[in-house]
This record gives sequence, C-alpha cells and structure tokens, in this order.
Amino acid sequence: MSRSATTVGEDGAALLRTVGLTRHFRLGGLLSRRMLHAVDDLDLVINEREIVALVGESGSGKTTVARLLAMIYPPTRGEIYYHERSVHSLRSRKDVLWYRGEVPMVFQDPYSAMNPVFRVAHGVMRNLKLHRPELDRAQRREEAERVFDIVGLNPAGDMLRKFPYEMSGGQRQRVGFAQALAVRPKLILADEPVSMLDVSIRAGILNMMASLRADEGASILYITHDIASARYVADRIIVMYAGHAVEQGPTEVVLSRPKHPYTQLLLSAVPDPREKAVPVSADSGEPPRVISPGEGCRFRQRCPYAIDKCATITPALRPMGPAHDAACHVAVADPVDGDGQSVDGIAVAARDSHVE
Amino acid sequence: MPEPLLEVEDLSVSYLTDSADIRAVDKVNLSVHAGEFLGIVGESGCGKSTLLFAIAQLLSPPAEITSGRVVFRGQDLVQLSDSELRHVRWRDYSVVMQSAMNALNPMKSIGAQFKDTMRAHEQASADAIRSRPAEVLRLVGIDEAHLDSSPHQLSGGMRQRAMIAMALLFTPQLVIMDEPTSALDVVAQRSLMTQIKELQQQFGFAVMFVTHDMSVIAHYSDRVMVMYAGQVAEIGETSSIFERPLHPYSKGLLDAFPSVRGPRRPLTGIPGSPPDLGRPPSGCRFHPRCSEVMAQCVTTEPDLYLVEATQVRCLLYAAHREAASA
Repeated sequence: MSRSATTVGEDGAALLRTVGLTRHFRLGGLLSRRMLHAVDDLDLVINEREIVALVGESGSGKTTVARLLAMIYPPTRGEIYYHERSVHSLRSRKDVLWYRGEVPMVFQDPYSAMNPVFRVAHGVMRNLKLHRPELDRAQRREEAERVFDIVGLNPAGDMLRKFPYEMSGGQRQRVGFAQALAVRPKLILADEPVSMLDVSIRAGILNMMASLRADEGASILYITHDIASARYVADRIIVMYAGHAVEQGPTEVVLSRPKHPYTQLLLSAVPDPREKAVPVSADSGEPPRVISPGEGCRFRQRCPYAIDKCATITPALRPMGPAHDAACHVAVADPVDGDGQSVDGIAVAARDSHVE
Repeated sequence: MPEPLLEVEDLSVSYLTDSADIRAVDKVNLSVHAGEFLGIVGESGCGKSTLLFAIAQLLSPPAEITSGRVVFRGQDLVQLSDSELRHVRWRDYSVVMQSAMNALNPMKSIGAQFKDTMRAHEQASADAIRSRPAEVLRLVGIDEAHLDSSPHQLSGGMRQRAMIAMALLFTPQLVIMDEPTSALDVVAQRSLMTQIKELQQQFGFAVMFVTHDMSVIAHYSDRVMVMYAGQVAEIGETSSIFERPLHPYSKGLLDAFPSVRGPRRPLTGIPGSPPDLGRPPSGCRFHPRCSEVMAQCVTTEPDLYLVEATQVRCLLYAAHREAASA
C-alpha cells in the first residue's frame, strides 16, 4: 500500500530525520519561567520520494516543525539530520544555502508570500541566481519557464510577466511551488498550502503535489489540519497533539485503525458531505495549554480512556503494528499475526464508529 | 405552507466604484421559514457575505442595494430608517460574524459588551440586563465567570460561542451566521455546529448560515442554496441536492472534497477560478469552467428552472420549464 519504506531503513536511507527535536518559546520577559512547549521530543523520518503528512489542530506545533526544518529558527534541543549530516553543523553560507535549496518551504498564505511590487518571475529568478549560480541569464529564464510549466502555469512566458495581484490564489500557490522547484529540491516543506484556497481549486494543488513526487522525485512534508486531504496525497501520516507526535504510520492503517484516542476523535469530527453525520462526542474541541506542562499525557483531560498513569508518565510512541506507532498507555497493539482483527476495546469501538 | 419569516425578492447589490459598478448580488430570490436552517454555500467572492449583509441591512458604502426587497415578518427592511431598524435588529434578527476576534471589542469584558447590546436595542429592565447575559452564556456552555473575561482570555471556540450567546440575548426569530466555524479546528467546529442545532431546536429560531464548506451544510441544514458569481446557482432540499446535485458547479463542489472514509478516488476539482464580478462571463456565468458546457451556454443567460423541488440555473434543465409550462 505504502509506496516506500515507512521507517528508516537498516541502510540509513532516510532523507531527513530528527532526533528529539524540541522547541520552546519563552513567554513574557527574559526572566520569565513560563515556557510554551511548541514541539517536544519529535523523532521524525522522511524518506526519499515520500509524502508525509503532519496533521494536527492549530497550536499543535506542526508549523513550528516546518520552521525548524527550514532553519527559520534553531531548535531548543535535538538534532536534524539531512542525508545523515547534522543540519546544526552547517555553518558556512555555502552550506546553509545548499541545505535551503534542497529543503525549500512553501508558505500557507499565497497572498502575503510574494512581493507585490515585482513580477512573479522575480522570485523564481532570484532563487535560481542564489542557489544555482552556474546558470547564465538565458538558462535561468529557461529554467523558470520549465518549472512554471510543471506546476501548470501556462503559457509560462506570459505567466512569468504577471504581477501577483493579477493572479488568483490557486495560481499564486502554484508560483510558490514553482519557486521551490526551481532549486531542484529533495524535500518540499509545504505548510498548509491549500487551506487559504477555495475548495474548487484545492484538488488541483493536491494533484500537483502528487505529480511533483512522481515526476520530479521530490519528497514532501505536507502540513495540514485537514486529515482528508492528508489521506488523499500522503503515504504516511503523523498526528501531532500539543507538541507531541501521538500517532504515526501508513496513512490507510492510521485512518482505518486509529489507536490514539485523539486520532479517533479527530477522525470522528471530520465532516464528509457524502456521509451521514456520525454521533458526536461531548468534546468541546478546546485546545490544550502547553505552557510549562509537567509530565503526563497532554490529551488526558479530554481523553475518555484516561487512567491514573496518564497523569504521571508521558507516554512514548510504541509499536501498534507494522510501521504503526502510537503514544498512548491504553491503546493495544494489533495482534502479530496481522489479520487486522484487533481485540482491543478502543480500536474495535473506533473502527465501528468511524469506518462505514 | 405558512407565510415565510423572511422573503428576499430580486435583491441586487452593487459596489459602486469609479470605474465600474460591480454587481456582487444579482437578483437573488429566497425565503426562510420559521425554524428552518438554510445553508448558503459558495466560494470566496461569490457574493454570499454581501448577500447576508444586505439582508441584515449592514451594508456600508460603496456597497448599495440597487433593487429588490427584504421582507421580514411582513416589513420591507430596505425601506426602514436607521432608528426603525434599531427596534428590529438584534431583537427579531441577529447576526453572528465570521471572525469573533474582530467582532468583539478587545478592551471590554464580555459581560459589558452584552449589557451594551441590551441597552442599545431594548428598553430592558435593570434586572434583565443583570441576569440575561449570564443566562445566554450558560446556554452556549460557557461558565458565567467569563462575563468578566476579556475576549483575548477566551479560546477561538469560546469566542465564537460568546458571539452566538450575544445573538441570542433577545431570543430572535432569525439568526444570520457568516462562516462562524471557518476559523475553528474540526473538533471545535463539530461541537459548535451541534450546539447551534440544539439551540435551534430548543428555541425554534431560523438560521441562515453562510459557509464555503459543503460538508458543514450537508449535516446541519434543511435547505441549501449554492451561489456562484452573485447568482443563485441551485436551491433546494439539502438531502436531494447532496444525493443528486443538478448544477455542474454543485457537482464540482461535492467532488472537490477528498474523503476520509471509503475508497480513495481521484479528485478533479473545478478548473479555472471564480470570475471577476466586474466583468462576468457572457451567457451562463459558469460556462468557462463547466465540464458540460454547450454552445448556447456562451450566449444564453440561463433562468432558474424548477426540477422537482429544486431550482437550478443551468440550460441543461431548460427543457423542464418548457415541459412544465406546456
């Protein structure tokens, strides 16, 4: 089902991985002790030619992860390894440029991500000049037209001459992807690339992301709050809650056999125009406060299955099935014979209420 | 069928600019019955928010109602003066805005804003002004202690709930909602929608609900109106439109959603982007993006045709009207 290895291979083939990646923000003045835990101890693996979806609600830390990976700010703790090379050790301008070219970011809001006084060609050409200095002027132009063609902005020549205000939101988001593509990326960090777009043009961008992987061989970290679109494009899904990865695994496995109670809640809340509404839990959807949290599971106040242990010990990710992990004390792994028939109460209930 | 609570007749709204008049709402007809939940869906720029503002008489220049009537309980709101409107607005119909963060005054406590609203719209007794805010806050599941809270101390979901509580201060007969859930996460959105539905069943008010999200509409509305480029594209019972959408645009909107359940199917979306209302396409406004476009669509402007109980603006169904009138 999944098109590539779902965890780091024995040969260490991960394109990018993080070890204990953590980012805290101090709230208030310099001497304040109040720390916002945006991301805590995240171990993330992205393989070559893989689309990984990072799913969570606002405030879950998913955008912080993208910004850490894009070197927009440094981690509080933990390491990022790109091709097994520590990103933290990249010091020279040349190395940093190299990394940023390999791992570009596409931003959420295509309306504010472009300089309104320049034609859209400006951004692409500048990227090329910076990251691929070996190209001369004519080659840069050629390359810009090539990437515009790939993202479906044709005729590329005309499109390059437009100003951002002359383009629709969907077209601007395609420009964002074209800018990323121009530097021959290995991994595109796409932070909610469709959430500001109208529903009728979202499908086009999602399809384009799938073809970027197929044709250009780029991996994509797709950050989203929309679990349905994650399912549509991603091989693997990582669910974040309050700064922790609470569940990860192949998309279809996570969605059909969600193990973490939060994933189950999230799935039950996803509306589907073609389906009857499933019964609603009493959960009010209040996000957690992750300011100086102590030990314990951060979902426990909302969790219907919480036990005493949840308040004292932070659950770590543990295996639930092949390449499928969840960070929950209560969840029960699939039996090893792999017939998919879980005997676990939560999982069975979840399957009955969320599937079909 | 009883007299509708709200009847909008041939309502047009234009944004009057120096270069051109942009007609954001074009001859819209609709009615809302007591206790009904009407959903209005459309993409950004289709005129759905402008329509709501026009109905609520909240338009400000350069937007202007150029023709049509908004008859609410037998009274044409368009003709009312500001002071006459003040007696109707909020008491008989209220509005919940899209962004609660911007709609609430950041400098004042929730309770103070509720009290201001009561004083402005009714000769409320001092007793009522004291007790009613706490009552409505409890209705939406917020502890009354939050009457003393400032908006920034509430989460996004709670702020939206507070807005809804404010809309219910006078138990209105119609509550107009402009994308109240679009800034919320799925779980919070789900919980808020369920609450709106429960309150509606409890108090029997009608809801006009604008959104760009078909799935929210599918689960909660009785009737749905699909808007495209300032016009009604399709209007009818929610269940029948979701089972059998008639307008190619409605079909496209439904097909644009990936599903979390069932088989993975390729999505097509709708090619192109919504038109510029200053220069709407000739003929059918949807024809440049339509998958079922015919030669006549480019030249002939379609009417609304009645197909069973659904009205649809598409020439594919033009035969239906002729059949009906023959």
